[in-house]
Amino acid sequence: MPVRVKVPSVLRTHTGGEGQVDGDGTTVREVLEDLETRYPGIRARLVTGDGALHRFVNVYVNDEDVRYLGSLETEVGDGDVVSILPAVAGG
Amino acid sequence: MSFSEDEVRRYARHIILPGIGGDGQRRLKEARVLVIGAGGLGSPAAMYLAAAGVGTIGLVDFDQVELSNLQRQLLHDTDDVGRPKVESAGDRLNDLNPNVNVIPHRVLLSSENAFEVLEPYDVVVDGTDNFPVRYLVNDACQMLGKPLVYGSIYQWEGQASVFLPGQETPCYRCLFPEPPPPGTVPSCAEGGVFGVLPGIIGSIQAVEAIKLVLDVGETLAGSLVLYDAMRNEFTSVKLRWDPDCPVCGKHPTVTELIDYEAFCGLAPGQAPPEAERTPSAGA
Repeated sequence: MPVRVKVPSVLRTHTGGEGQVDGDGTTVREVLEDLETRYPGIRARLVTGDGALHRFVNVYVNDEDVRYLGSLETEVGDGDVVSILPAVAGG
Repeated sequence: MSFSEDEVRRYARHIILPGIGGDGQRRLKEARVLVIGAGGLGSPAAMYLAAAGVGTIGLVDFDQVELSNLQRQLLHDTDDVGRPKVESAGDRLNDLNPNVNVIPHRVLLSSENAFEVLEPYDVVVDGTDNFPVRYLVNDACQMLGKPLVYGSIYQWEGQASVFLPGQETPCYRCLFPEPPPPGTVPSCAEGGVFGVLPGIIGSIQAVEAIKLVLDVGETLAGSLVLYDAMRNEFTSVKLRWDPDCPVCGKHPTVTELIDYEAFCGLAPGQAPPEAERTPSAGA
């Protein structure tokens, strides 16, 4: 399923500066794996060695936090927007 | 609390505004708002609060003004370089509105002094530039029962929300339970920050602080506004109260204030620039 992925500033070094990229998959995990094939290194910024989301990164499908859906197994459909939200501290 | 003739003229556009009026303007005058960090976010937040007639504004910042601050921190002038930020900020706010009682707190916030500094205030605005103080302020506000207006920026993107005390509404730890480990997140000093960005996010924080004082409208409690200046995009996502939250959940595990290691985004062993060596507010 084609989805749009919003990439925060802190991860745009992986996407050549792009703030929004196309992704593909039926779950959030598959979308992140798809991104990794084109933007190597991005997955490790989001997912721990054990395969769970880092606690200082949130992922949303549309406006819902995937932690309250199915975590990385949350299903995504055509046209969904996957947003990555890392903790930032600047002020 | 009464108003002088000058004050009535000064606040005329508020006094005739549905949602504020004379009663609301009086509430603003009676209000005590603490702005943590006299930096990028604290500048527009404190200036709009002062202009709006908030009677007492506390400012927390330990730093001195540096030339590299002036690209975004409108509280300070070129001539202020080298002065303590709380002093130059206080001058600016009183130039803007001499009716405001500005209370400078030139301290590094820590578990030792946070309760004492925050306690006298009705609303807290978080404009710090580092994770240790953000977690400290969140936890202290939850424990003291104070509403917290959150804002944060990095490069071209910012976020803002309101964290109300108590269960059922989310706090910062519901969003991010723990700070990222040192070295995983760059600071603004490393990654840069677009100078206008804190103007947008800090202004949203002023809006929310004023609404909390007035008890009008809908606050950002329960949602997080995200702004991307590069894409000119405002989006909003839902924030949920986490029953497992370490500070506001059903069985809190954080029951006293914690001083997280001051890392300012750099890995241990890397020498940060002079101005970043301490967890300070608002760089």
